[in-house]
Order: sequence, then C-alpha cells, then structure tokens
Amino acid sequence: MVLAVVIFLLVIGSIIFHFASPWWFTDIAADWGLIDLTITITFIVTGIVFVLINVFLAWCVYKYRQKPGHKAVYEPENHKLEVILSVVTSIGVIAMLAPGLFVWALFVNVPDNATEYEVMGQQWQWAFRYPGADGQLGTADTQLVTESNPFGVNPEDPNGQDDKIVLGPEMHLPIDKPVKANLRSNDVLHNYTVAQFRVKMDLVPGLISYLWFEPNKVGRYDILCEELCGIGHFVMRGAVVVDSQADYDVWLAQQPTFAETQAMVAADPASGQAQYAVCASCHGVQGEGNIALNAPKLAGQSAWYTERQLNYFKTGVRGGEGDTNGQMMAPMANMLADANAVRNMAAYIESLPDVPAAPTVTGDVENGASIYNRNCAACHLDNADGTWYTDAPKLSGMSDWYFLTQLQNFRTGIRGLHSNDYYGEQMVSMATAMSGIEEYEDVAAYINTLR
Amino acid sequence: MAYVPLADQEQELHHPHSWVTKYVWSQDHKVIAIQYAVTAIAVGVVALVLSLMMRMQLGFPETFNLIDPSEYYQAVTMHGMIMVVYLLTALFMGGFGNYLIPLMCGSRDMVFPFMNMLSYWVYLLSVLILMASFFVGEGPTGGGWTLYPPQTNLAGTPGHDSGIVLMLISLAVFIVAFTMGGLNYVVTTLQSRCRGLTMMRLPLSVWGIFVATCLALFAFPALLVAAIMMLFDTLLGTSFFMPAVIESGTPLDHNGGSPVLFQHLFWFFGHPEVYIVALPAFGLVSDVLSVHARKNIFGYRMMVWAIIAIGALSFIVWAHHMYVSGMHPYFGFFFATTTLIIAVPTALKVYNWVLTLYEGDIRLNAPMYFAIGFIFTFIHGGLTGLFLGNVIIDLPLSDTYFVVAHFHMVMGVSPVLVVFAAIYHWYPKITGRMFHEGMAKLHFWCTFLGTYAIYLPMHYLGFLGVPRRYYALGTTDFIPQSAQDLNTAITIAALFVGASQLLFFSNMLWSLRNGKKADPNPWGAASLEWQTAETPPIHGNWGAELPTVYRWAYDYSVPGAHKDFIPQNTPESIEPTMDEQHFDPDLDKSKADL
Repeated sequence: MVLAVVIFLLVIGSIIFHFASPWWFTDIAADWGLIDLTITITFIVTGIVFVLINVFLAWCVYKYRQKPGHKAVYEPENHKLEVILSVVTSIGVIAMLAPGLFVWALFVNVPDNATEYEVMGQQWQWAFRYPGADGQLGTADTQLVTESNPFGVNPEDPNGQDDKIVLGPEMHLPIDKPVKANLRSNDVLHNYTVAQFRVKMDLVPGLISYLWFEPNKVGRYDILCEELCGIGHFVMRGAVVVDSQADYDVWLAQQPTFAETQAMVAADPASGQAQYAVCASCHGVQGEGNIALNAPKLAGQSAWYTERQLNYFKTGVRGGEGDTNGQMMAPMANMLADANAVRNMAAYIESLPDVPAAPTVTGDVENGASIYNRNCAACHLDNADGTWYTDAPKLSGMSDWYFLTQLQNFRTGIRGLHSNDYYGEQMVSMATAMSGIEEYEDVAAYINTLR
Repeated sequence: MAYVPLADQEQELHHPHSWVTKYVWSQDHKVIAIQYAVTAIAVGVVALVLSLMMRMQLGFPETFNLIDPSEYYQAVTMHGMIMVVYLLTALFMGGFGNYLIPLMCGSRDMVFPFMNMLSYWVYLLSVLILMASFFVGEGPTGGGWTLYPPQTNLAGTPGHDSGIVLMLISLAVFIVAFTMGGLNYVVTTLQSRCRGLTMMRLPLSVWGIFVATCLALFAFPALLVAAIMMLFDTLLGTSFFMPAVIESGTPLDHNGGSPVLFQHLFWFFGHPEVYIVALPAFGLVSDVLSVHARKNIFGYRMMVWAIIAIGALSFIVWAHHMYVSGMHPYFGFFFATTTLIIAVPTALKVYNWVLTLYEGDIRLNAPMYFAIGFIFTFIHGGLTGLFLGNVIIDLPLSDTYFVVAHFHMVMGVSPVLVVFAAIYHWYPKITGRMFHEGMAKLHFWCTFLGTYAIYLPMHYLGFLGVPRRYYALGTTDFIPQSAQDLNTAITIAALFVGASQLLFFSNMLWSLRNGKKADPNPWGAASLEWQTAETPPIHGNWGAELPTVYRWAYDYSVPGAHKDFIPQNTPESIEPTMDEQHFDPDLDKSKADL
C-alpha cells in the first residue's frame, strides 16, 4: 500500500524535478539543433514509457495486495498480449533510432566546404594548428616533437610551412562556417569537448580522429578534456572563441607560421646581460635571489618559463590585485622593449651558474615526498627539474620561501585566475587540493632534498 | 555397462571429517556459496568506502581534504573494478549460482566439487592480490576501471609502476577462478538435473545464472588476453597497445600499437559483463516476484528466450561504449542498431514482471519490497540507456555524469536491490532462521529512496555537461554554483545510504542467533530448493532418493489445487499435471509455437 503510493509519488516527483531543474543543456552555440531534437524525441518516448509502466506497477501493487479471501488469477501466458507488446516496443525503438541514425549520418559526413584545423592534446594542455593560405595542414608526427617543434610538424612537408601555430590553449573560430577538427594526441587519450557545440571525440595517440560542427553564436566557451588522462585530467582546460569573420582574420594573422617559429634567431644572452643590472639590484648579480627584498632566485630557471613570466608581468597577467611583490615587477618587465629583449633576458638568466638556494623552510620530508610523488612529480618530474612538455618550471634548488608564497597566491586566487594565465589555473586547482601551509612546507622541505 | 545419465549416477561426496574440512576446505556447494558471498560483500564494503571518500571530495571539495587527486583517481578505479568484477560477478555466480543451481536442479552438489572448492580459493587469491596493490609502490592503479592504455603505463597516472601490474595479474587469476566455477555451473545445469526436470521446467534463477555463466566463459578470455598483452607492454616493452608516445617530455621506445584495439578487447568482455551481472538478477527477481505474488511468472517461455536473446545480442553491442573513442564512425550505425534492438527483449522482461503482479495476490514483505523497487529502478536505468545507445545522443552525454548516473541505476542500484531481495528471500533456507522484517523494510526504504535521491539529480548534472572523473570542477563559464550545491546534496544522500547498510549487516548477524526458527518452506514456494527435508539442507541436499519433478516451478494459485502452490516434486497422483488448468512450458505443445 505504502509502496504503491511511494512509487506513484516518485513518478510525479521525477516529472516535477525534470521540469523544475535548473540544470539543463547549456545554450547551443553550433548548428547541431538536430541533436537536441533527437534528445527531445527520446525524452518523449522514454518519458511516456516511464510514466505508463510505473503507474501501472503502482496500481497493481495497490489493487492486488494480499487481502483475505483474495486469490491470484492463474494465467501462464497470453500470446496475443505478448505479440502486441513486442510490436509496440519495436515501434517505439524505431521512433528513437531512425532520427538518431539520420543525424549520425550528418555527423559522419563532413561537408566539402568545411575548413580544417588541428587540435593537439598532451598532458595536460591544448594546442592548435590552422592551415595557412594553401588551406592544407602539413603532416606531423609525435616522433618529431621537440621543444622548438612541439607539434611535431614535418619540416620536409611544404604544406606545413605556412601552418599557423597556436601554443596557448585558447583558439578562435569564425562564425557560421563549417569547421572540421582533426584531433591528435602526443601521449594518452584525451577528449575534445565544448558543451555548447554538443559534439565530442577522443584524441588518440597514433591516429587522427575528427569531428565537425558549425559555430553559430559569438562567444567564449570552455574546452574540457572528457577522457581520463592522468592526474591532471580535471585541470586540462582551454577555451574557444567564436568571432566574426573579420575579428577571426585579425587574430589568425597575428599567429606565427611554422616557418616563422623555426626561423627565429637564437636568443642572445649577451644582450640580456646588458640589461640585467637593473634586475641584479634585487635578484643578485648571479640571480641568486634575496629573501630580504622578496626577490626569488632566478639562476637555473628554464628560459621558456622566465620568458613567459616576464611577458605576464608586462601584460598584467601577473602582478595584479593583492600581489604586492608581483606589482613591483610590472615596471621592471616593461623596461624590456620587445619580445626579443624578453627572450634575451630569459636566456641570460638561464646561463647564470645554478647554485642551489639555501633552505629556509622546515617540514616533514617524508610526508612531503609522499604528496610530491603522488601529485606533483607527474608535471614537475621526479627530480623537480620541471619540463617544457608539461609547462612545469624547475623547483629543485630554487627559493623555497618563494615556492610557499606562490602556492598561497594560487590558493587564494591572487595568481592563476587571470583569464590569460592559461597555465596558472592548473596550479590553483592543485594548490587547493592540498590542505594548506603545513603541507606546502612539507613539500618544500622534500624539494629541498632534491638539489 | 549400461549407460546411466549423470544425474542418476550416485555421486561420490567428499564428506567432511572435521571443522576445517566442513567450513574451510569444504567441497559442499552451499558452504562455498557462503564463502564466496561473504568475501564478495567484504570487498564490496571496501569499494563502498572508496566511493564515499570520492563523494566527500566532490560534495565538499575544499573542506575535508580527505584525498588528493592521485588518491581520487585510485579510488575511482578500484571502486569500479571491485564493484563490477569482484563483488557483483562473484556474488551472483559464486554466491547465488553455487547455492541455488544444485538445489534447484535437484542434484546433490556441483558436478566437480573439488574444482568448485578450488574456484573459491583462487578467487580469494585474486582479491588478496588486488588488495595488495594498496600497500606497494605508489598504490593501486588510477587509470580508471577501464584501464585504457597508454595512460595506465605512463608516469602521469598513479600506480603506473606496480599498481597496474597487480591489477592485471589479479584479473587473470580471477578469470582462472571464475572458469573453474563457471564450468561447474554450466555442466551441473546441463547434466545433473533430477528426473523430470527438463530445461523448460527450470526456475528462471537457474536460467539467468546459466546463460550469464555461458556469456562469462566466452567474454572473460577477451579480457584475459588483453590483460596479458598489456602486461607484456608494461613489463617487457612490447607495443601491442602502445603507439609512439611522450612520457613527461621523454619519447618512449614504443611504436605502432593501437590503444583502440585494447578498448575493443576490453568492451568485448565489458559489455557482456553488464549482462553477466544483469541476467542472474533478472532470474532471481523473477522467482521472488512470482513466489510473493502467489502467481506464476507471466510468459515463462518468453522470459527464457529473452534471457537467451539478450545474452546472444550482448556480444554484438560492445562498441557502443566507444562511440567517441576515435574508431571509424561508420561502426556507429551498426552498434546503435544492435544496442537499441536489445531494448526489445529487455522491455518484454519488464512487462512480464509487472504482468506477474497484475491479478496476483501480492504479499508485501521485505523481499517483495526490494523486488518491486528493482522494477522501478531498472525501468529508469534501462530507459536512460536508450539515450546513450543512440549514437548521436551519446555525443553530448558521453563522459558526463549522465553516464555515471545511468550505469549506477542499471547495474549498481538495480542488481544490488535484487541481491538484497534474494538474500532476504533465501535467508530462511540458508540459515534456518527468519530475518527481522521491520529492520529489513527500514533497510529497503533507506536504500531505495536514498539511491534515487543520489542518481536522479545526477543525470541532470550530465545534461548540464559536468564531466565525470573530475577531482574538482574548478572554474568554468557554464557550470553554475548550484551544480556544486547539488553535488553536496548528492554526497549527503550517499553518506546516508552508505550508513544505512549497517541495518542490513545487523539484521543478518542478529537474526542468525535471534531470528525466529524458519519453516522449511516459509513462503510456500514451488521450486525444489524449498522442498529439502532439512533446513538448512545437509551436505548432499536430499535424503536417500533424489527428487523427481512433475511440473514447472511456477504452479501458484492453480484453480482446483489443494493449496495455492504445488511443489515441483508433487506427484501426479496428488495433483494432476496435464489438463485444462495445468500449464507446462515443456509439454504444452499447443502453445509452444511462440
């Protein structure tokens, strides 16, 4: 009796929840309204079945509950009823399957006028490549990947020379043009998902998968990885910006071609040295750092990382509100006139003799080792030397007190939440995954043993 | 020497001489069943605790810090693998299969009792190997229960050193254990049925477990070869599943392998695995429903053929787990079609369960509560499967919480409700005691309503696009704060459901001593296991003579019969078998043209 009522109420409750739920598909931003339509059809068919069977179930439980003098009816089979139910069910299934396959056929067959771009995933970043004027992407191979050729573009392939290389995880697309994404991975499975576009597909190392869609709404949308890809899976984020054609063209023109990235002249440390005097007043002549002036050790840090941070200070990505020490870096970084000056400075700093900084932090080394090896080593490596591949800077032998302030800044959102700080956001998530300052100190103490 | 059918041969039983041979190295299928069930449930509790730790993280991401990302992914992996393989498969086959098949078939034991005993001990070994991975190196693998390469072998995944190796070895050992048990279940069902018990007179419990065992015997080898090939990749540096990849900036010495090949092998096992769990549940729940509705199962022959059809079809739907895997998209047409076809026999089973209740005389006790609750949750979980099976709809929903909610409804909550229904239903026969009815009903309400409170809203997180297997949601533009609040609510419901399982354990233990002494056949059931002379049945099950069967297992409320049920072994002299009133799916040729 109670059970019958409860089942009935659950049916009613489920319907109410469905219509009252604020959690529903995000507004669609691609021309895949047909997918939403098939979902609606499926909802109607399954919804009717859900209500009919469960209400009938509740009614049976109520009506035929055991009572004195009541006896069950002996009816082993009812051939006719079983045939009718089979036919009706089959019709319902066809009603859902047929439109589903029809739309799938549209998804499988990419229109001829779709322009291509490439999405590359690796632990735990996105990067993108667009064809140049020839409209063709050059061939690429994971085995060709190096720090200066992170896409592994085949340098022998003339089609690849004018390919536009986008190393940040933010990509742009023109509105109302069908596009086909070729998906590639350098390490493990990833999945390229933009909820607003409705379609998704895995990136598989060793093969090129694809999907296509036609963005139809200007805006900025999150790219999420939706195939488990290791412990950084939940921080593998990117963004796609849908632009008007004109804005898109301007953006694309700013991106370097593959040939340009390969033809860049080597950075000149000597030229960097000339400007280093300003830095030396705080960071020391040998870049050894000075805790009294809140200036971390620089020597030994990889050039790619120093270059990126200097650019962040120049453009205000770092040194914003709450970051009092970082704010002092903005005018300093701005003394470097252009991109080449920044590169030269980073190259000079990398060339400084790397003498490990004196430890200032104490903590539980064993606990720090456990935390570090489980959660940090995947990017920063077992020896804490860092690697360009995961965008992880060197930690070993660097200023441990600075490591603590930065983790605190990540935790409180002072660092890493600027919309252009593509890589810092990951550290916000990792810093909040630790319980707080004591664990930071433990990790710092462990890193101090790695010099 | 004249041929004597196996079922009629006198079986040599290994009679125990001491406590150790009776309860530890036992060859009695009933003791082995209990050993299997207790071990499976114990390891299931470990998996339950892991899931609650994950829920604490998801519900209160920055409050408790119980687990870090690495431990979260390890918990995800171990929870899934334990629940699917080491709990549900072992419990339905090793537990219920072992206990019920010989009794329901009217035989004295499994056909190979020694191998049956070995099966349990090898299963225990596989569990111990799996548990050992918590204590070595970086701990268990965190590659997800699907163990997809190349991830599982690379430094970015926890347990890529020893955890994955132990997982693969444990699976291989489990498969060896299962094969020994599985051959027993199949051969016993086929060869050791008592006189008169034709296949079409078997209770659906036996049919479900029998067909599921056949599936498992065909499906597990695919997992076994995948595990062995992956072990070679991990330990010997082969490249079956490993293309050229970069590990933390260093290119590895692999080339030419296919990660998608592993997925095909995994899901060639993995999808039948769903039905390895579901078919026994279908069978057991059919019997519980029929007994307590005091009515024959409706459409018995269709139920049998539906089990067989579902079993057969389950081998050609595997790639619906791989719609977004990067395999050739044309596969989508085939697998979406086969997947939605399988909905038809499945739906027919649901109709027949409900039609069994229709015009019944429903006894609303605890086992029946769980069985009826199962119908509701299974309808829900089955219908959401139609979303995911339809390839184009899978694109937006794949890898979101919709998937998590779907498979927990359909192969988490639903089979577990059947497990509880079946344990309460057969508890009097297994222990000789009645359970505490009030506590059992309270357990039902907490579990049934609690799990629905967890999983109904979870589907909507999926619609929103919240991805699964995220340690924390972080910041996105499209996931509102309310989604986090919903996560918190789900966690509270999960903690409640987890805690309420104590009611079950207390009931089981309390009733063992304090329960009312059970009648041999307290429910008035017709199938053979309730007709044993002793309760619990002795080693050898039957007295000097094996039973003889005269009718099907569902003669309830037969017009003109003396009682409202006719046990299968009631001779024709007491109750007629062939007349207008008495249906027999095996003999009734007039209706056999279905």
